[in-house]
Amino acid sequence: MTSYPTSWKPPTLFPNETLRYITMILGLAYIVWSMSSLDFDWHRISQGLPRAGNMISRMFPPDISRWELLVKGVKESIEMAFASSFIGMVLAIPLGLCAAVNLVPKPVYYIARSILILTRTFHEVIWAIFFVKIVGFGPLAGVLTLIVASVSFIAKMIAEDIENMNPGQAEAVRATGASFPKLLIYAVAPQILPRYLGVSIYRLDANIRHSTVVGIVGAGGIGMTLSATFKRYDYDFSLSILLTIIALVFMGEIFSNWVRGRLR
Amino acid sequence: MTPKEHAKRHPEIWRKFSPRETLVRYAWMFGIVLVAAWSLRNLDIPWFYFLDAHKQVADLFRRMVPPDWGHFSEVMMPLIETIHIATLGTIVTYALALPVAFMAARNTTPNKLIWFIGRFILVSSRSINTIVWALIFVAIFGPGPVAGVWAIAFRSIGFMGKLIAEAIEEIDHGAVEAIEATGASRLQVLMLGVLPQVWPVILGTTVYRWDINIRESTVLGFVGAGGIGIQLYSSINLFAWDQVAVMLLSILAVVILSEFVSATVRAKIT
Amino acid sequence: MFEVTDLEIQYPNGYKALHGVTLTVSEPQVVAIIGSSGAGKSTLIRCINRLVEPTAGSIKLDGLELTTLGGSGLRKARRRIGMIFQEYNLVERLTVMENVLSGRLGYVSFWRAYRRNFPPQDIQNAYELLERVGLEGRENTRADALSGGQRQRVGIARALMQKPDILLVDEPTASLDPKTSRQIMRLICELAHEFGTPALVNIHDVALAQASADRIIGLSDGRLVFDGKPEDLNEEALTLIYGEEDWSSTIKDDGDDEEEGVAGLTKAKTKAGNGLISEGAAG
Repeated sequence: MTSYPTSWKPPTLFPNETLRYITMILGLAYIVWSMSSLDFDWHRISQGLPRAGNMISRMFPPDISRWELLVKGVKESIEMAFASSFIGMVLAIPLGLCAAVNLVPKPVYYIARSILILTRTFHEVIWAIFFVKIVGFGPLAGVLTLIVASVSFIAKMIAEDIENMNPGQAEAVRATGASFPKLLIYAVAPQILPRYLGVSIYRLDANIRHSTVVGIVGAGGIGMTLSATFKRYDYDFSLSILLTIIALVFMGEIFSNWVRGRLR
Repeated sequence: MTPKEHAKRHPEIWRKFSPRETLVRYAWMFGIVLVAAWSLRNLDIPWFYFLDAHKQVADLFRRMVPPDWGHFSEVMMPLIETIHIATLGTIVTYALALPVAFMAARNTTPNKLIWFIGRFILVSSRSINTIVWALIFVAIFGPGPVAGVWAIAFRSIGFMGKLIAEAIEEIDHGAVEAIEATGASRLQVLMLGVLPQVWPVILGTTVYRWDINIRESTVLGFVGAGGIGIQLYSSINLFAWDQVAVMLLSILAVVILSEFVSATVRAKIT
Repeated sequence: MFEVTDLEIQYPNGYKALHGVTLTVSEPQVVAIIGSSGAGKSTLIRCINRLVEPTAGSIKLDGLELTTLGGSGLRKARRRIGMIFQEYNLVERLTVMENVLSGRLGYVSFWRAYRRNFPPQDIQNAYELLERVGLEGRENTRADALSGGQRQRVGIARALMQKPDILLVDEPTASLDPKTSRQIMRLICELAHEFGTPALVNIHDVALAQASADRIIGLSDGRLVFDGKPEDLNEEALTLIYGEEDWSSTIKDDGDDEEEGVAGLTKAKTKAGNGLISEGAAG
């Protein structure tokens, strides 16, 4: 009778054990290095738990006596979201068309793509702070921020959809002798329209979420109110704002799911 | 066939939509425009700002070019700190999101109450933006990267937990049943029957979220939670636009690099 | 010694899947369970290791009552019952070896299972079984890289790793092509005899069942209607199991699309013999 091996190790990604241990040690070393370089204020951190307890106890009960302020902020956030989604939706069309490699000449494509990369790379809050510097505190900076974010997001989707669309349909329409604008209306638009509307609705939902934070750097909306309460240690009002934001985001999500469900 | 009959069988008018449908479509469009216009009007936007906006932007550009590259040495450490915050935050999330995902997936949750708690954690984590979490953790831990790490982690739990829980709910139940039938314990079933099936999703979402977190951690400094945002904020406030330009370019490089790393790793998994 | 007594299953919606099934397996034999879809074959098998909960009756394995077990008692009992599934039910992203070793999970701690640190005896056993089912040298292959027949071989090895006191086999060949089906069925029977383990095998293919099993049980509408040797399975018995219409269409024309070739063979044998279907229809 042949004898069979008595040990077995699962195959690993690593060619040998040494490399495996080296990788693990490197990983650990990174964690140690990053933790040590983060310059922790241990004294302050050790107080964190009691401080958190204190904060939570001061959050309850949530303060709704200043509900007018709350409603005003929420209303402003929603208005910012609606306005910027609509403008973003419209502006995204030309940019999206220009960013589709199969539709436009190469130079136009490269310019449009670099605009997309630039706008996507920087966080909304960085844009917000820029617009605050340019147009001052208030909802205008917020609207501009959300427009930039929406245009970038929707245009990228449009461009990807056009690049992935069925080339046969465009060819057939082109074969009838249609001009470029007619091609857009007859071959491109029907293929991307449902997704475009879906993405726009999704963006409205995202804008509602983001409109609650751009205010933290002064760009209007409920975030501005929230940031102020934290500065004044006004935690019971902070909690009521946070709960309102959660409810708002939740409703935005439900609304967007409902509309997208109906689009199909 | 009389001309009348002919006209009836071959009408000269064809419409894609019936008049009613057309009306509904236009009503929708009109409604959307109306809501947008009403929102804009309510915001009391000082439109005259736009009259010289192009000059403002041009002016900004002039002040940014050439970037003050001498400032880069001062940006270096905060930039590394930004990456550290994102990485550590993602590691913490990884540890916290897994159990929450198992709680929130219908087929692995022990009971309804725990399922509900899991779902609640996911929803509240996702509803509150990273920068709001940062506000909260700065109030708790004081300004600094620790608050940033926790803010990143708390926001990411919802994102990763939701995706992982969805993956758990979609696993092949047969394999789980087979492992159960060998007499394995509950934990063993989770580890050998469920975990291997969702492993690619776990790795993929972790790397993907890390990439998002790099971007998020660039702004944590605006509320004092560490990273390059602190310097960026103060330079902007000092109108030191040539320094701002350096920071923006380095953020651009880091974000594009991290996106590349994340895309490469995700393509290798599965 | 394995005994099922008056086993009943009633679903919450009132539907009764099993009406008092009684059956005893007292020697190591391969028992094929035949019957039309929905007759309760799968339910009966799954009841035994309680993947499905019976509502009345008793199941005894060497005197141990299985229906009342819970928690760790059930897990201990399940260790002694090996199961082979129609869809193989392997953990696709794990290697063949990990899948085979999972048969020993009931015997190792969580931590050892996590580190894949199984006792040497188990590893040796696994290698031996892999060779026995014809998967030598494939231990490091991931299960999703295997063909259907190979996956079922892994499934067989996993079940036998448990050193079970009884094997439950649920439609082992329904997802396989006819040739592989026969090979797999032969392998299961051989191994069951070799290990002296009684096996309950659900099977759709009547000819294959007759060819390979030691005993045949017929279920119809959740009732046991036939229990005998393969040779005793005549037209009358098949009518009892599958019903008049179904049976006549299977035997008189080559109608059954799933088993066309086999049905043809069966018919030929039937005509040649004395109305009894003899062994080796598809050998």
